[in-house]
Amino acid sequence: MSGAGLLVASLCIPVTVIPGITLLHNRPNPREALSLLASALLILINLGIYRSLQQGQTLAWQSGEVLPGLRLELAAEPLGVLFSLIASTLWLVTTVYAVGYMRAHNEGNQTRFYAFFALSIACVMGIAFAGNLLTLFLFYEVLSLSTWPLVVHAQTERARQGGRIYLGLLLGTSIVFFLPAIILTWWTSSTLSFTDGGVFDPDTSPLLLAVLLVLFVFGVGKAAMMPFHRWLPAAMVAPTPVSALLHAVAVVKAGVFSLLKIGIYIFGLDQLGATGSREALLYLATFSLLAASVVAMRQDNLKARLAYSTISQLAYVSLGVLLAVPDSITGGSMHIAMHAFGKITLFFCAGAILVATHKTEVSQLQGLGRQMPFTMGAFLLASLSIAGLPPTGGTWSKWYLMLGTLETGAWLLTIALLVSSILNLIYLTLIPVRAFWPSAAGPRRMNEAPIACCIAIALSAGGCIALFLFPQVLYQLISPITSGGGMP
Amino acid sequence: MISHLAVLPVLLPLVGAPACVVLRRPGAAWAFACGVAFLAFVAASHLLVQTRELGVISYALGGWAAPWGIEYRIDLLNALVLVLVSAMGMTVLLASRASVRGEVDPSRHSLFYVAYLLCLAGLLGIVATGDAFNLFVFLEISSLATYALVACGRDRRALIAAFNYLIMGTIGATFILIGIGFLYMTTGTLNMLDLAVRLPQLGESQTVFAAYAFIVVGVCLKLALFPLHLWLPGTYTQAPSIVTAFLAATATKVALYVLVRFSFSVFHLETSRLALSLEAIFITLGVVAAFAGSLVAIYATDLKRGLAWSSIAQVGYMAISVGIGTAAGLQAGLIHLFNHALMKGALFLAVAAYVLRVGGTTFRELRGIGQRMPLTTAAFVVGGLSLIGIPGTAGFISKWYLVMAAMESERWLLAFLVVASSLLTAVYIWRFIEVAYLEKPESGKASPQKPAGMLLTCTLLLALANLYFGFDTRLPVSTSAGAAANLLGARTP
Repeated sequence: MSGAGLLVASLCIPVTVIPGITLLHNRPNPREALSLLASALLILINLGIYRSLQQGQTLAWQSGEVLPGLRLELAAEPLGVLFSLIASTLWLVTTVYAVGYMRAHNEGNQTRFYAFFALSIACVMGIAFAGNLLTLFLFYEVLSLSTWPLVVHAQTERARQGGRIYLGLLLGTSIVFFLPAIILTWWTSSTLSFTDGGVFDPDTSPLLLAVLLVLFVFGVGKAAMMPFHRWLPAAMVAPTPVSALLHAVAVVKAGVFSLLKIGIYIFGLDQLGATGSREALLYLATFSLLAASVVAMRQDNLKARLAYSTISQLAYVSLGVLLAVPDSITGGSMHIAMHAFGKITLFFCAGAILVATHKTEVSQLQGLGRQMPFTMGAFLLASLSIAGLPPTGGTWSKWYLMLGTLETGAWLLTIALLVSSILNLIYLTLIPVRAFWPSAAGPRRMNEAPIACCIAIALSAGGCIALFLFPQVLYQLISPITSGGGMP
Repeated sequence: MISHLAVLPVLLPLVGAPACVVLRRPGAAWAFACGVAFLAFVAASHLLVQTRELGVISYALGGWAAPWGIEYRIDLLNALVLVLVSAMGMTVLLASRASVRGEVDPSRHSLFYVAYLLCLAGLLGIVATGDAFNLFVFLEISSLATYALVACGRDRRALIAAFNYLIMGTIGATFILIGIGFLYMTTGTLNMLDLAVRLPQLGESQTVFAAYAFIVVGVCLKLALFPLHLWLPGTYTQAPSIVTAFLAATATKVALYVLVRFSFSVFHLETSRLALSLEAIFITLGVVAAFAGSLVAIYATDLKRGLAWSSIAQVGYMAISVGIGTAAGLQAGLIHLFNHALMKGALFLAVAAYVLRVGGTTFRELRGIGQRMPLTTAAFVVGGLSLIGIPGTAGFISKWYLVMAAMESERWLLAFLVVASSLLTAVYIWRFIEVAYLEKPESGKASPQKPAGMLLTCTLLLALANLYFGFDTRLPVSTSAGAAANLLGARTP
């Protein structure tokens, strides 16, 4: 298949299974088999794109003109390939998990669930391979809309409230900040294409650039930078597989991924480093990073705690972008992968606990280690990855981010990162530790979640370790970005 | 035949209407009207193709040369509006059969189609003519037909609504007539082109300003620009659903066309000393309309009424673009004129289908409608997303150009207000989507009517058009760019 064909196929595969999923609405087994098949196929295609990219091929596709001089463009560059591989791999894992979870939990409207899940993944592929801001924005908005049915899945009043906050903040920020920023970029530079080194003339007004950066950072609401982060805890009302894949991986990573792309290919690292509002935003990201951790400590609901932890971890990537040095970009990009595997494992565990014991609060989990040793073990591993400790992948991304802060001489940020890691340890790692604490009371009989859930947990937790052992694969993939030649 | 092309889109429905009276059977009248509307659409499309190739087409009615005779003058601007109005008129008419059967008194069916054709003829006439008085005549034809159409509504409240509209519409028409009278008094001509040449020679004449003021107020009444919008919610809510769809997709668009035509082709708003104050007036009223209309729509408990208020908000955007007054601004206005017709057409046709199925349009009655009418509701959602301006839909293109125009003229606050007000649109559309998909339907109510295939097809067609014109924008964008350049280029140095 040609390069352009691969890119289009990557978008189309999740879409093409939707009619099939809808038609098989009374037959769960073939319906879920179809979802699994699609996700496996998607991984193969994305691997194909990865290989083509490694062989130095140019993968790009263009539509006809949408507006004069402006087309929809797809292009494979290292960051997008990385994101697409993570999302498609975890889609497969999550589908396995969802089969166990949704059935054990007797959820209704499962056909709608799988259909919109597939649509969301298609949008994620669109974001990953977007070749210009218009394409990115198109899929960004459709992703917000197509995840809404998943958030309000339960159709209760609480779900609706959550859905309103979710859509209100995501659509609101993107329409009020993101879209004007895109139009302003188009008006200033007459291009929206992602370009190595940025699109702005060196003599562009510094005020304009400063304003643009603020608009972009707040406009990409999916990156959950404070004060526009409330949608993420609100989205936790969704079924666990949705929280796991979309609100720990696909949607939120689409946000920080967009920020990375904008920082690298619209501003360019040199220009970004010289932009006036960068420093203020950098400290806002640091505040977001610490404040979310503090809030997370106070959450008793496990999913809410994980959500705030995600807000904090997303701020790491934003911080990496805003530091605007090669090491911080490497760290930020790697953190997309590391956090994805760690956080999805944590959500899987939270869901497994819910299915097996119907417990949702952290305070109920004391002594659960006897009952669910496997789940709690995976939880421990993943929480280490979030905190950035060996033997897990999180170590490397935090390493590069620290290097970035040292390189720019921002030692306050170095301290903030260290403090945050300690906070992570306290509010996440203590949970499994207390679950395994010998003196803790609790039922002694093993009672794990359905086997499909356990397989998924094993796969994603294994991913955390694999990323620790083989980080060079990631590093080699993304190294062209920082050495100046990412875009085809 | 081809040499008479310019007059055909008007002439066909105008002659077709009396012919339609002869057909007593409603089905035959409908089929005949559809045929006529289709031919008018074909003629209008030909005109658009020709104006894109040749530029302006001038046609002397009855062979009397302008400025003594009536001239039909087709340039890119009215060719585009002609195509739009005839296409929407045709599509809504095609969809109308089942809905009219469900909502209109059976004895009036064939006359309904006669009035519809007359209204269409009037609207197309307003757009095609190059003569100010002729424009007024067609305005009256379309208005009178509209009053009759509105009065066909399901209950007696429609009569009140029609009467209200009649009073307001007549005031508007009178104002326009007074304005045209002033112009005739000072210049001795009624031909728009001739007026455009002679008016600047008069210099700063108070009479001319008075004439312009009368015309603008009159047209804004027909346009339902805030605060002259009071007739619109009642009319849209009480009229038969088909009439609402037709009016929303065509009548306000034609009024905007008249406003643009008089402001830029006849009066040269951009060079007159009125420009500054008018610019402020249009932009302020437009912004207020956009916010107020949307806010009222958010609190509406009736879908049709909510959409009516949404139209007031959308007219606000068009007023803003006229107020900006640059080439980019006018282009934005024309693109939104085109796209808004598609959105409101799709939305109101979906509403017509709801009325047919559940007998009303309150949110209570529409609970869970998404499960009962999946395709119609899907079309509604697409129309709604387009109204919000989600990328991939026609509405996004409108918003893009409007924000761009505001930025180009360095009105940053305005650009912000435009995007912020579109969020309000999202609120009222989402309110309906929650009702349609997340509520359980009220049990026991079976559908009183047969499913309406044509209605559904046309609704889906318009929804697809909203998606299509979100990706392939060549027709509205290039035509409106040419039209805007013509409008401003006609300036006499």
